[in-house]
Amino acid sequence: MTFEVFIQQLLNGLTLGGLYSLIAIGYTMVYGILQLINFAHGDIFMVATYFAFYLVAVFALPWWAAALLTLGLTAMVGVLVERVAYRPLRNEPRISLLITAIGVSFFIENLAIVTVGARPKGFPTPKLMSQVIDLGGIRMSGVSIWVPLLSSVLLVLLLFIVYRTKVGMAMRAVSKDVEATRLMGVNVDRIIMYAFALGSALAAAGGMMWASKYPQIQPLMGVYPGWKAFTAAVVGGIGNIVGATIGGFIIGIAEIMTIAFLPQLSGYRDAFVFAILILVLLVKPSGLLGQSLKEKV
Amino acid sequence: MIMSGRMKLVLNLISIGLVALFVFLADRYFNAYLVRVANTAAIYVVAAVSYNLINGTTGQLSLGPNGFMAIGGYTTALLVLPVVQKEMVWFLEPLVWPFNTFSFPQHLFVLAVIIGGILAAIGGFIIGYPTLRLKGDYLAIATFGLGEIIFVLSNNLIPLTNGALGIKSIPEYSNLWWTWGWAVFTVIVIKNITNSSFGRAMEAVRENEVAAEAMGIDVFKTKLLAFMISAFFAGVSGGLLATLITTVSPTLFSFFMTFNLLIIIVLGGLGSITGATVTAVLFTILQELLRAVESPINIGPIHLPGISGMRMVIFAFMLIMLMLFFRRGLFGQWEFSWDWLYSKLKRKEVAQWQAPLNE
Repeated sequence: MTFEVFIQQLLNGLTLGGLYSLIAIGYTMVYGILQLINFAHGDIFMVATYFAFYLVAVFALPWWAAALLTLGLTAMVGVLVERVAYRPLRNEPRISLLITAIGVSFFIENLAIVTVGARPKGFPTPKLMSQVIDLGGIRMSGVSIWVPLLSSVLLVLLLFIVYRTKVGMAMRAVSKDVEATRLMGVNVDRIIMYAFALGSALAAAGGMMWASKYPQIQPLMGVYPGWKAFTAAVVGGIGNIVGATIGGFIIGIAEIMTIAFLPQLSGYRDAFVFAILILVLLVKPSGLLGQSLKEKV
Repeated sequence: MIMSGRMKLVLNLISIGLVALFVFLADRYFNAYLVRVANTAAIYVVAAVSYNLINGTTGQLSLGPNGFMAIGGYTTALLVLPVVQKEMVWFLEPLVWPFNTFSFPQHLFVLAVIIGGILAAIGGFIIGYPTLRLKGDYLAIATFGLGEIIFVLSNNLIPLTNGALGIKSIPEYSNLWWTWGWAVFTVIVIKNITNSSFGRAMEAVRENEVAAEAMGIDVFKTKLLAFMISAFFAGVSGGLLATLITTVSPTLFSFFMTFNLLIIIVLGGLGSITGATVTAVLFTILQELLRAVESPINIGPIHLPGISGMRMVIFAFMLIMLMLFFRRGLFGQWEFSWDWLYSKLKRKEVAQWQAPLNE
């Protein structure tokens, strides 16, 4: 393997890692606040790609308008799911919430199969993403430049919201102690709604970039990226946003490098991720940056 | 008002006789389609009742029964498929030794199913030993991940599973006697387990692990045993399914299977064997009835095209609604018992004669 190939694979890994990070943040924010594994998050990612597809290919909107509308619409879907399916169960055992989330995931997937069809659709990749760029001998598509760049911008923006604004402060407070936060006069329901909106919008951004990189969309496309992103969130320490970002890059680079160095194992690429997930859960469930939870009696 | 043990035994034997009578009549008079439905219902009973043992009775949300069913299904298929067929199925890469050298004759079919169950239980031990130390949703995720790993393995281990093509033309050894026989056996075994002190320990673990531990229950051992028993019967149901529909493939044992079982036990009421049994049969019937929404319908001049995938939308919607508004399920944690029936009948009698004194 030459140096150029290695750099190219590293860039591929960073691209994939950036996408995983964007999705992982949605998992980690919801888990941090509700202790819920949002099974449906990968499907919200899928829904976003269909929004973008219809807005661009059918309604013929320019890309910037379609992208902004997709972010908004997907955020609304996320909020709707929380409002309808999760909020009524907030004081029930966590297992009930998890079973409901599984139901929501299957509902969204199959509703998509019924409404838009199971056949894959070609995604109208924006020109910015598809053009080939030559950087001193290393040729790469626009995707591998723009995706890491855009995801970094979005991640910084998110970190700014979470650590430098009032809403972000309220989110961090809710994830520490819901009751105490409520006593401080914070509208907890609204903060949870914001968390779902932000997480879903980031998943939408990830979805549009994912579909630009792999320009075929279908109703079950969210399942494996969703699980890999979830694994990333667990590796980084679930509940921790910086951890989810780091985890995303680790999983992305690990996946690309495994395939690059050991191509004969590429059929097992989806199994590896689950193996990593289980190993982390067993050895260090708090992940890299998470706090270990003590059981209260 | 408690019945004598002998009376209950007689009633139990009568009920088993009634099931046998049903199977006898069904075997004789049902057409092929109804026989298939009745077989599927029994297999769902085996799978749901055993899944309920770990999820409902012990309170540990496992999402991996599809993996155990896959182990049982593939094992049984490998054991009963005739050697000639094996050569035809594995035409790309040969089947691994020793499976390519022998196959079980029909009278050893039950042994093949049991071996499938035992291997699934061993799988349950290997999987459960590390993961059952995890709690709540972490356990759910770990078992889900293992189910997915088994799915990926069955897609890729071509010398053993024939990959995505699956194994075809498995002899159709399952019949109503076997499937309903296993269903009755499963219900009896699981019922006796939950009634034993070991079953009480499981319920204690479900209600409060810390308190159970303080009472001297080995929480981890209880969970592990429940998990392995559950895996055994899941493996058996996989073996029965393989020899009923005569093919196994990775998609047959995907997460959809777990999803169906989850609906069954939630609808029946988590922790109720009665619920799991009744809803397994109801679910199979409902699944067949809902085929109507996936095929074209003509109502007079109105023509509605069939929508494939609609059934899963309905089932997913049903699961959400159940969780939101009807978390108890049909039966809650209630169990049918002869004592209950007796006191019910007795009370009516009493109520007629001395209603005011009853309270």
